[in-house]
Amino acid sequence: MSERAPSAPIDEDRYKALAEELRCLVCQNQSLADSAAELAGDLRDEVREQIAAGRSDDEIKEFLVARYGDFVLFRPPLKQTTWALWAGPFALLAAGAGAWWLVQRRQRLGGNAAASPRPGPADMGSDSDAGSNASPASGVDEAAREKARRLLD
Amino acid sequence: MRSLRFIIPLLVFAAIGAFLYKGLSNDPREIPSPLIGKPAPDFSLPVLGADGKAWGPEEMRGKVWLLNVWGSWCAACQIEHPLFNQISREGTLPLVGLAWKDDPAASIRWLQRFGDPYTVVISDRQGRTAIDYGVYGAPESFLIDKRGVIRFKQTGPFSPEIVRDTLVPLVRKLEAEPGA
Repeated sequence: MSERAPSAPIDEDRYKALAEELRCLVCQNQSLADSAAELAGDLRDEVREQIAAGRSDDEIKEFLVARYGDFVLFRPPLKQTTWALWAGPFALLAAGAGAWWLVQRRQRLGGNAAASPRPGPADMGSDSDAGSNASPASGVDEAAREKARRLLD
Repeated sequence: MRSLRFIIPLLVFAAIGAFLYKGLSNDPREIPSPLIGKPAPDFSLPVLGADGKAWGPEEMRGKVWLLNVWGSWCAACQIEHPLFNQISREGTLPLVGLAWKDDPAASIRWLQRFGDPYTVVISDRQGRTAIDYGVYGAPESFLIDKRGVIRFKQTGPFSPEIVRDTLVPLVRKLEAEPGA
């Protein structure tokens, strides 16, 4: 594939680990290690040569990021443009947990309120039937329903 | 009040929908280049068809020019090539061709067939310089200003619209800037 001769022997495990961390820009869902694209071969050679030249992993990543951008890294660095990417899932998780907690609390409180006798399924709906349909409802029942409604809203 | 709660899922759905819709128009192949605003990487490469002669970007110092990465193996390059022939005829700006991982004989044949709009063509057989420019596909083009700074990158072939609405106005603007 490449016309460049493989250079001095290098730490193959380190090379492999590094190539797994880097994205092939042609087949974007493959790592540099997996991709058969010609550019990936060239970039693998580049990584190999730089390891042989004694460069650190970070230096090699910097070399590639300077040319191809953060996109070459499968794990983008945490910085101003990527904080939402990193924090987003946790924020959504927290929002979900909060919503779940609220629903649970409502059901608990709503359950208590519903424990008092209720006139029937018509109670589920609009406010209007609270007045017009109130003939059998006692004052206590009415107060409990009002409390439940406030909690629900 | 209570009925308003049913709007919440709708709002969430609309928000997700908006993100997904925007995602449709994102081209995953278009990766923003970190090189915009940075000095064009230096190189010295053999000139195509000129034995032993080398060429480097410093020869364009003081000029606004376009570095076009192409190859005779690149089908999309044929699509934009007539635009380059036209730019060359009109003298909009000097074009420099970088034959990327191409057999020089094949590059020369290709230019004979489709026209040679380039001031100079250099040959990057190993793709080393292309890596320095963050090239990941052909064609790609870099607009470089008088000070040797990359100001614009076109990933993929130029279209007549991009030439007319983006490239030409930008060239005018950069030419009005003071040189180094």
